[in-house]
Amino acid sequence: MKKKLATVLSLILLVSFVFTGCSGNKASSGNGSNDSSVIKIGVLEPMTGANAAGGALEVEGIKLANKLYPTVLGKKVELVIVDNKSDKVESASAASRLVENEKVSAIIGSWGSSLSMAAGDVVKNAQVPAVAATATNPLVTQGNDYYFRVCFIDPFQGKVMANYAYNKLKAKKVAIIQEVSNDYSVGLAKFFTDAFKELTGDENAIVAVSNYNTGDQDFTAQLTNIKAKNPDVIFAPGNFTESALIIKQARQLGIKAPFIGGDTWETPEFIDIGKEAVEGATFSTFFTSEKPITKESEKFLAEYKKEYGDKEPSAAAALGYDAYILILDAIKKAGSPDPVKIRDELAKTKDFPGAAGVITLDENRNAIKDAVIKEVKGGKFTYLNVVGAN
Amino acid sequence: MSLGTFLQHLANGISLGSLYALVAIGYTMVYGILRLINFAHGDIFMMGTYFAFYGIAVFTLPWYLSFLLAIVLTGILGMMLEAGAYRPLRDAPKISILISAIGASFLLENLAVVIFGGRPKAFPTPRVLTDVVHIGSISIQNLTFVIPVVTIGLLIALLYLVHNTKAGMAMRAVAKDYETAAIMGVNVNKVISLTFCIGSMLAAVGGIMWGLKFPQIIPLLGVMPGLKAFIAAVIGGIGDIKGAVIGGFVLGIGEIMLVAFLPELTGYRDAFAFVLLILILLFRPTGILGEKIAEKV
Repeated sequence: MKKKLATVLSLILLVSFVFTGCSGNKASSGNGSNDSSVIKIGVLEPMTGANAAGGALEVEGIKLANKLYPTVLGKKVELVIVDNKSDKVESASAASRLVENEKVSAIIGSWGSSLSMAAGDVVKNAQVPAVAATATNPLVTQGNDYYFRVCFIDPFQGKVMANYAYNKLKAKKVAIIQEVSNDYSVGLAKFFTDAFKELTGDENAIVAVSNYNTGDQDFTAQLTNIKAKNPDVIFAPGNFTESALIIKQARQLGIKAPFIGGDTWETPEFIDIGKEAVEGATFSTFFTSEKPITKESEKFLAEYKKEYGDKEPSAAAALGYDAYILILDAIKKAGSPDPVKIRDELAKTKDFPGAAGVITLDENRNAIKDAVIKEVKGGKFTYLNVVGAN
Repeated sequence: MSLGTFLQHLANGISLGSLYALVAIGYTMVYGILRLINFAHGDIFMMGTYFAFYGIAVFTLPWYLSFLLAIVLTGILGMMLEAGAYRPLRDAPKISILISAIGASFLLENLAVVIFGGRPKAFPTPRVLTDVVHIGSISIQNLTFVIPVVTIGLLIALLYLVHNTKAGMAMRAVAKDYETAAIMGVNVNKVISLTFCIGSMLAAVGGIMWGLKFPQIIPLLGVMPGLKAFIAAVIGGIGDIKGAVIGGFVLGIGEIMLVAFLPELTGYRDAFAFVLLILILLFRPTGILGEKIAEKV
């Protein structure tokens, strides 16, 4: 009896191992790592955990680009997708796996600045270039010649939202609720604060700064404190997961001030979970399907529709797509899958037409781009405004 | 801080504390009878939440029916877990069962990732429960009234079951000495199975309430509540059902007040719970309502 049970249990365990094993490495065909007939591009994304929805959006765009442009230098491009589980430590080891075991030529990712920064030293030491699609914290590329990105950075995004709060929402007093364990959130809150204080000329324009941790679910204490300060606007840079709950709980506590935030909000889950509470929430992001900027944008929009039906393409998908075609272009120019040569070509990127706009990288390997402001309206992300980079 | 703000904090604390209490009852009950810390309790809790979610979202059952079905299914899952992971080890050293519990916990989490997917899902919230009442400057969700009532109601029902029924008497007998109880004709397997069933059903009720209050569910949803409920159970005196409720309220209100009065320590909110655990273990190891160890010797 006991033996039988033990057998059954070990079988269950085995099956679950096989399952998780498969889902982690779907794109890898499992043949030897030095196969010269393919060029491998690593995709480092959170597929499970708190940021999984964001990672999934980027992967959507990357897979679409891979489908449209499957070869380079006469060789097949193979995507090696690894899951960093929304965890910083896991992100570093997943990146090591990509460069050491899979011998990838370049890496795309990760969603989230913290997760990207965790992989920073790995790609730098291995001399394999990485292109982040939506990681916006300046520290991702700072002092790391091997990290690039196809999106703008937070000092710009913070300024855009400060301007929006001051000019459009006529805010004089703002409260901030930030995710202290997330570099993206803390950075964006700081850049917003600096810009907003400068605009109002008032040192006390930020009436409250509340903190929370990644994965928290109860924010009523922080929000009750904020309510007592009676701000005009609440700036809540942070992941969609917690942000949707924050806004929901704020409305339940009777807080009426509008919520504004950053690019991470743009996932279907944000609206799903927030429902009517997130109506009117505004945030800055990278891209809108309502204003195709380049030829590549039109192609992306048309192909996206074919592939994913009537789903609205998100900025993360468009930027994931851009990261892929930018790397492919660099491989073509380098004429070899050698990571160092690819890096040198990436560094020269100028006026490259991507789906989310024209990409020019500055000396710190950051893209200079316009920001788009979107609002949640009628259960959808709607385009409000474009703010220039200069 | 104005009185209104303070009362709002208190309401928030009671609301969170009653949730911890609800999960802690199941924890402490299994411990009380088997002297086993069921580390998979948090994951059973997560499974219950997902069952309720699928009942409504996929099978479009009315919410009350779906909740009921989820509670029953979770009870069955708990019995299966006991039969698969704990019963074969019942005569093994205690540490083996503890390790098996941790293994079961990881198994459930990873199965959930495979089956339900890693992306968060929105838990459906019936309006009756989530609407907000305003009393003066205080805003209180209907749930804030519902959860403590459910918690206290279940507590009373459970105390009645344990102290006034035949099954409860058998449970207490097994808790005292299960070998002797078996000799005296108590069907130990049945009693333990029932304990796990009830414990898991309580976890499901907790999970559903949690889902209603924080309508976003992921496969790792049970980890933190599981730990917090464990701490609550220890604070109250693990094994004591009334103690678990008191511990839950102490922990919930304590956490909210920490964030409310010392906002700069918000980042240490979870650490607060663990520090409290250490202090309790150092100065009052049997918890607030715990039995005196001397009696057992």
